[in-house]
Amino acid sequence: MTLSTTLTKPAAAPGSSKSASEAARTARRRAALHWVAVHSTAIAAALFFVLPFVFVFLTSVMTDQQALTKNLWPTSWEWGNYVKVWQTPGFLTWWRNTLLYAGLGTLLTVVSSLPVAYALAKFRFRGRNLALMAVIAMMMLPPQVTVIPMYLFWAKQMHLSGTLWPLIIPMAFGDAFSIFLLRQFLLTIPKEYIEAAKIDGCGDLRTLLRVVLPMARPAIAAVALFQFFYAWNDYFGPQIYASENPGAWTLSYGLESFKGAHHTNWNLTMAATLLVMAPVIILFFFAQKAFIEGVTLTGVKG
Amino acid sequence: MAIAFGSRKASAGLPVPAALRSKRRRAAARTLAFLSPWLIGFGFFFVYPLVSTLYFSVTHYDGFTTPTFTGLKNWSYVFNDYPFFWQGLRNTLWLVVVMVSLRVVFGLGIGMLITKVKTGAGLFRTFFYLPYLAPPVAATMAFAFLLNPGTGPVNQLLGDLGLPAPGWFTDPSWSKPALTMLAMWGIGDLMVIFMAALLDVPKEQYEAAELDGAGPFQRFRYVTFPNISPIVMFAVVTGVIQTMQYYTQAIVAGKVASGVIGGSGQQFEPGYPQGSTWTLPQMVYNLGFQRFDYGSACVIALILFAISMAFTSILLRRKSGFMANED
Repeated sequence: MTLSTTLTKPAAAPGSSKSASEAARTARRRAALHWVAVHSTAIAAALFFVLPFVFVFLTSVMTDQQALTKNLWPTSWEWGNYVKVWQTPGFLTWWRNTLLYAGLGTLLTVVSSLPVAYALAKFRFRGRNLALMAVIAMMMLPPQVTVIPMYLFWAKQMHLSGTLWPLIIPMAFGDAFSIFLLRQFLLTIPKEYIEAAKIDGCGDLRTLLRVVLPMARPAIAAVALFQFFYAWNDYFGPQIYASENPGAWTLSYGLESFKGAHHTNWNLTMAATLLVMAPVIILFFFAQKAFIEGVTLTGVKG
Repeated sequence: MAIAFGSRKASAGLPVPAALRSKRRRAAARTLAFLSPWLIGFGFFFVYPLVSTLYFSVTHYDGFTTPTFTGLKNWSYVFNDYPFFWQGLRNTLWLVVVMVSLRVVFGLGIGMLITKVKTGAGLFRTFFYLPYLAPPVAATMAFAFLLNPGTGPVNQLLGDLGLPAPGWFTDPSWSKPALTMLAMWGIGDLMVIFMAALLDVPKEQYEAAELDGAGPFQRFRYVTFPNISPIVMFAVVTGVIQTMQYYTQAIVAGKVASGVIGGSGQQFEPGYPQGSTWTLPQMVYNLGFQRFDYGSACVIALILFAISMAFTSILLRRKSGFMANED
């Protein structure tokens, strides 16, 4: 930005002793230096962000002996490490549990949060601001604040400890962050569309499903992605509810025990680590735009 | 929460026609119907547990015998006798001051850098963003390996450069800096937020400042910063709230570095090494789920709640910007 303004501003101001061509050359040289400075800083920063992945990957294909030495480059490429990880008892079960938690949780979140967000964005009613404040308060609430009574309820009254249901079921009752993000987006939909639908005889539910839903697709995609990532990454929830039953562990919770099963085998541990990271990163590449839009929507807009 | 449709003032004092009244009732029913998933959720997953937490905090309860009222005994236990409380609070304060401020400064720096990159901007942005996506457990495992004092790549590189090799997650004076580095690695969300804010700064202001002879520092001080200060504020406040919840990374790093590995059977005393990574959420877990002292765990939970809501109220106070109602 600043670079382009420097370039467009004539470097040779009237009255300058330099000739125009000389001044242009100076400006060009300065721009080139600026380019080099910016890009070398960017490359240095990129190394900080990327090298950990590279080292983790290189270690994941080493032999277990080599992973304990000071060599950074694998002497032989042990792709079989990944097969070994898959064959670790429990790994497939954790995978299935994670997909269940993340998949079902995401679906329930979207279905239950969209009407709430729509009402908060487009209906006029007394207490709307209060409701919105309550949503934000809930969004900022650390999960540890309510965990004791919730655990006691799910474990002692519903007898559901050792399963992921105490984490999935609440998602059917609207998720504060998703409601907030969707509402921020729905505010940007002009009310003329909704009024036009009403005049055409659409009820509220039909307006939401037929008019608003298609327009809100990018925001819904962002919410779905965030919720999927949340469940995929969640460690605290599974630790509280599923820890007593390894058959209900998720990848995030099981991963650290993996280090125990394979003791000091950093190579297998790092292969497992990459396998847990891979799905979210692949998903990101497919839905980059929605995800970035979601981040800005919560932080900047509105 | 009272929910009614339309404006009260319009009908004040006038008899409301029956048709209008039924229309209003329908509208209120509609609002209730749309809000119902969340109204139930709010009551059941927010109000009910909060009230219960308050009740348990003045109760002795081990999960098996019936709760008995004990007054402020749990509070006194947490403040005076629970050996980790003050240490954990100090750790949390350290994380809030160092981690939050560095995250904001570094996130802003990376955000500014990416707006200046001309070649390969998309690629750089992806590089900077990816670590944010790494699941916290996986990211912590990766850093436990990278910073592993004996054979970890980081200490090998430091050794090759002739620099001292710290013990990182195994050394109480390095464990929090190591966690901070991990937090810096996952800066991607802040980078995106700052980037969007920086691109929204009107270009004319930069041009005007430049005509007035402002250098890069002055342009930042008088143009960039005033324009993005609401976002900086947002980043600081949400950063503090997130740091109050800091849990997974601290506990996983401690477990892996200490060699005590997770799972159902093994008891792990959080805070390894030497209590340097204790945080408030870990105390809720430790008191409640390891010691079955649910009452004292609820005391910590309430402290956590009070601090988080104090900072949330800062966000709510500037709701004009944050919530942007359309009316």
